[in-house]
Amino acid sequence: MGNIKTSDLSMQWSNVLEMVYESRIDSVGLNERVNSLATRSIKKDSKLEALNMIVTMCDLTTLEGEDTEGKISQMVAKAIKPNPLDTSVPSVAAVCVYPSLVAIAKEKVQNSNVKVAAVSSYFPSGQVPMESKLLDTKYAIDSGADEIDIVINRKAFLEGDYRKVYDEIVALKEVCQDVHLKTILEVGDLKTYENIRKASLISLAAGSDFIKTSTGKLSIGSSRQACYVMLKSVLDFESMTGVKAGIKVAGGIRDAKDAIRYLVMINEEMGSDWLNPELFRFGASSLLDDVLKQIKKLKTGAYQAGYYFPRG
Amino acid sequence: MVDWQYSESIESPDIVSIKKKYSNYIGGKFVEPKSKKYINTISPSTEELLSKVPLSNEQDINSAVKSAKVGLEVWSKLTPNQRSRYLFKIARLIQERSREFAVLESLDGGKPIKESRDFDLPQVAANFFYFAGWADKLDLSWATKSLKPYGVVGQIIPWNFPLLMLAWKIAPALATGNTVVLKPAETTPLTALLFAEICEQAGLPPGVVNIITGDGSTGSLIVNHKDINKIAFTGSTQVGKLIQKSLAGRDVGLTLELGGKAANIVYEDAAIDQAVEGVVNGIFFNQGHVCCAGSRLLLQESIHDQFVKKLEKRMQSLRVGNPLDKNTDIGAINSKEQLDKITSLVNEGVEDGGELFQTQCELPGNGFWFRPSLFTNVQPSYSIAREEIFGPVLTTLTFRTPEEAVEIANNTEYGLSAGVWTEKGSKILWTADRLDAGVVWANTFNKFDPSSPFGGYKESGFGREGGRHGLLSYLKASS
Repeated sequence: MGNIKTSDLSMQWSNVLEMVYESRIDSVGLNERVNSLATRSIKKDSKLEALNMIVTMCDLTTLEGEDTEGKISQMVAKAIKPNPLDTSVPSVAAVCVYPSLVAIAKEKVQNSNVKVAAVSSYFPSGQVPMESKLLDTKYAIDSGADEIDIVINRKAFLEGDYRKVYDEIVALKEVCQDVHLKTILEVGDLKTYENIRKASLISLAAGSDFIKTSTGKLSIGSSRQACYVMLKSVLDFESMTGVKAGIKVAGGIRDAKDAIRYLVMINEEMGSDWLNPELFRFGASSLLDDVLKQIKKLKTGAYQAGYYFPRG
Repeated sequence: MVDWQYSESIESPDIVSIKKKYSNYIGGKFVEPKSKKYINTISPSTEELLSKVPLSNEQDINSAVKSAKVGLEVWSKLTPNQRSRYLFKIARLIQERSREFAVLESLDGGKPIKESRDFDLPQVAANFFYFAGWADKLDLSWATKSLKPYGVVGQIIPWNFPLLMLAWKIAPALATGNTVVLKPAETTPLTALLFAEICEQAGLPPGVVNIITGDGSTGSLIVNHKDINKIAFTGSTQVGKLIQKSLAGRDVGLTLELGGKAANIVYEDAAIDQAVEGVVNGIFFNQGHVCCAGSRLLLQESIHDQFVKKLEKRMQSLRVGNPLDKNTDIGAINSKEQLDKITSLVNEGVEDGGELFQTQCELPGNGFWFRPSLFTNVQPSYSIAREEIFGPVLTTLTFRTPEEAVEIANNTEYGLSAGVWTEKGSKILWTADRLDAGVVWANTFNKFDPSSPFGGYKESGFGREGGRHGLLSYLKASS
């Protein structure tokens, strides 16, 4: 099972199982820590620095049945130059689209450093045979995707078939090879902190480059609590294997204030290594607009209306 | 990779106007001390002089006690419902002026504004609300007994939670119909004197609350005053013993809340990350100036290395500095005297053979500071494992079995608090049952509620504060 690269990164199944069954989390204590981090007061220079970081960590996303070439063109243009009137605002990390739109997005990003990410493996439900998931992923990669966001098999996970969850990720990672693999846990389906930790460890052990909170398609999206569970899993995985994996939070993060709270958590719990688009991302559609407004406000004191900022 | 530093975010001190000089609050008036003497109170984070407060002498105590007796005449004739209404009013006024109190508490005492704002002040108000509720329901509190107030109560409080300890003392005393003479600690008198303004604002009858400042000699004058009917003291075990000696043979009530050296027991089946947080909160909350601090970490040997690694990493993220910065986790040590005591005990720990880890953070130039510290490789016989350090210093001991954990936990002269960390409910109950401690926290630490009684066993004192039990500390069987 797995090619050389995958087995280098992944752990023996017995080790994975042992870790999974030792997942102990006290929700009261966890909430207390997360809430206490949320009281950090980020002002002035440190706020501007944070807002710029958030832009560079953004995966600007559109995942709708109504997506067209025109929509993708608009979004990519905004991703490359989020605010044409303030060139100090950096580009975002990536645009995130469905596989059938990857080729168009790839063509539009051209020479910019904006990457193209595709959701695959029959995002968001993943309720298809494995062959289809592999094909879906292969299609996205062949179309030029730099990054692949897959969903874990929640059916298998909730049925307790952790091995199946693991094997599927390993197989998808094989298809990805060097293409960056982000594995979506869909924390809104997993519900408990223990489940989030188990799914995190399984996904990391199977060779995911990133673990990601949500598809954004459920009413329960990302939460700072879920992110905390995931970051602790990433740190424990690092201390066992030396591998630094990344985290992407997505689903329901709409304002800069909330995003800064995630950054504070990453900064204080993981350290500055993770304050980096290579290891931390925000998946969002409307977050960027609020961040641009806040940058403007910090620089000029004026909180401008939405129509001052270009549509994406 | 970026090194993201948080910009300063200072809570403005302008909300408080500190007077150049303060007077005692006696009989509803601010009265200059007959002693004509004053002591300085400084900010421990800058060593700057904040103000001068009276060094009260015997004449000052006499007039305070006399005024409390006069106050008692009025206070005891009010209906319980009227007393209750005064307490509710005080509680609401404290809430209204909580930002002012929080800033002053941090300036005078050195604790981070995050704690004075989010812990001390909400707790202060909660205690007044809670006991205000009891004031007209005392008949329901101990149905089998006929009880009456002591009369004039002398209250001596410490510097670690100046206003909260005032609330713990004054709220139940007034709710049960007593009047008080209270002395705040020498290094932290300012919030008590601001509280005197609240009493005025609430229209509390003169003499019900009297606040006099001074040092240890002033405290001793209160203890030995012939017209005081009860003493309530929170502070060191050493002073507690002196007070008990002074009161022996006299018909004066006494409750003592003294030192502690709490065991925080972490079993191998605990939720480790949350246990790390709890251990950090247990010892570094309020710079470790907490009598119930979890100052002895008892780790099961099987998780020792992993736990210590995580703990050291977490400690490194603690932000030490200006108490008024909203992002400060650990403020200033309360006084030079306390800093010297902590330093000398830590040096002794190193000489004994303990392995010391201290966080690498920049400390401000002026003021009194101590790095968050962790001792490993400590034997139960070392003084750092036995004496109360009362600072940000954690001592680690190890155990092999639950029986051994309990034995080590109880192997101390103190018995104030303890913590147990395991995801196994039966083990929590088994352990808690066997610990000689007034409070046992399970999978949490340093949690307080006005409805929950607090107090110690052994040399940690006697009597309870808070809850229904806390009422009994201010009532005696009527003859």
